[in-house]
Amino acid sequence: MNSTTSIASILLAAILTNNMVLSKFLGICPFLGVSKKTNTAFSMSIAVTLVMVVATAVTWPIYNYILSPDYTYLETIVFILVIAAIVQLIEIVLKRYIKPVYNALGIYLPLITTNCAVLGITMLNITNELNFIQSLFNALGAGLGFMLAMLLFSGVRERLETADIPEFLKGLPITLVAAALVALSFLGFAGIGG
Amino acid sequence: MKNNRYMGYFTNGLIKENPVLRLVLGTCPTLAVTTAAINGIGMGLAATMVLICSNIVISLLRKVIPDKVRIPAYITIIAGFVSVVQMLVKAFLPSIDKALGIYLPLIVVNCIILARAEMFASKNSVVSSVLDGLGMGIGFTAVLTLMGAIRELLGAGTLFSLPVTANFISPMIVFLLPPGGFFVFGMLVAASNALAKRAGKKPVEHLGCESCPSRAVCGKIDCEEEAAVNE
Repeated sequence: MNSTTSIASILLAAILTNNMVLSKFLGICPFLGVSKKTNTAFSMSIAVTLVMVVATAVTWPIYNYILSPDYTYLETIVFILVIAAIVQLIEIVLKRYIKPVYNALGIYLPLITTNCAVLGITMLNITNELNFIQSLFNALGAGLGFMLAMLLFSGVRERLETADIPEFLKGLPITLVAAALVALSFLGFAGIGG
Repeated sequence: MKNNRYMGYFTNGLIKENPVLRLVLGTCPTLAVTTAAINGIGMGLAATMVLICSNIVISLLRKVIPDKVRIPAYITIIAGFVSVVQMLVKAFLPSIDKALGIYLPLIVVNCIILARAEMFASKNSVVSSVLDGLGMGIGFTAVLTLMGAIRELLGAGTLFSLPVTANFISPMIVFLLPPGGFFVFGMLVAASNALAKRAGKKPVEHLGCESCPSRAVCGKIDCEEEAAVNE
């Protein structure tokens, strides 16, 4: 991707063609674990989107102004520590100043530290050589894409609850097969915004 | 007697508590890199190396690290070893580095490694932790290689880049694409569940909540309900 790629195409690509969960396999744990009910799926993805955008806003300058070009090998260790610190900080700020938001999202925040989608998006922004604004929109798009996948999938799972499933597929296997079908539908977006 | 116990730590991760199929940990790399058998081996060995090294250090430091900051401490140790492995792979195996891409540094957040630190290395001696790391690592590598082989055979008609069915059956590319990953993994879990049932064990019905390091938090959301249903 070069610096002339428009914001709109970055957003579209991040939400649909390069969907975090369904085409990059990042954030599978919450995707399979927290998608049973639509409202928990929604709160979780709001929290993920928030952390993704804030983490990108912090890690991008750190990489490009401090680590680059001599200390790029520290990327992994610095990024994970920064993300862990940011998650803590967001939790404290929300708890102190925006109590209702904390009550809704608070319990999801600690889960996000070890969520590979957040670390993944901050690193993808660096590997794809996006500029600061593009990185922010890429993170926003990835978060929204995560939300779209979670919401669609929680709908599918609510239907699965009442379905008659063969004995050997019950539980995790049928969930994975359903995820395969949702991923198949997202293949239809290939080429958009590319 | 003692030898038997050590042997048990090693074999635990191979089948009985296979990290991918029985504990259902590390699903992201399992799905993402297994488009070819060789990638499965590469990813598996890289993760095994990190797992053994971090198990050693965490086991050595288990009495030093305060309980309250243990998770950040573990993550820092793991991230250090991941950087080492990342640089080694980049220097000596550039083709594997290219194939694994961003998933190589993402070993940091691979829950197998954090889970074994939390569940095993923080409570056991160095020797036991090395054996546990080795067993879990080999179990992880074996499943990744198997899944890579299945997807490569169906999706490209080759095995380890050697043509098998490519010349007379046109390959089903969908198995190399994301949906194929989910589908093959679902079928593998179904098969492992069927075998577990025959052996008189409980099938895996949900994600590996018991061994997940975030369980304390996540339990409030979903795992508790599932646990209640299972009981």
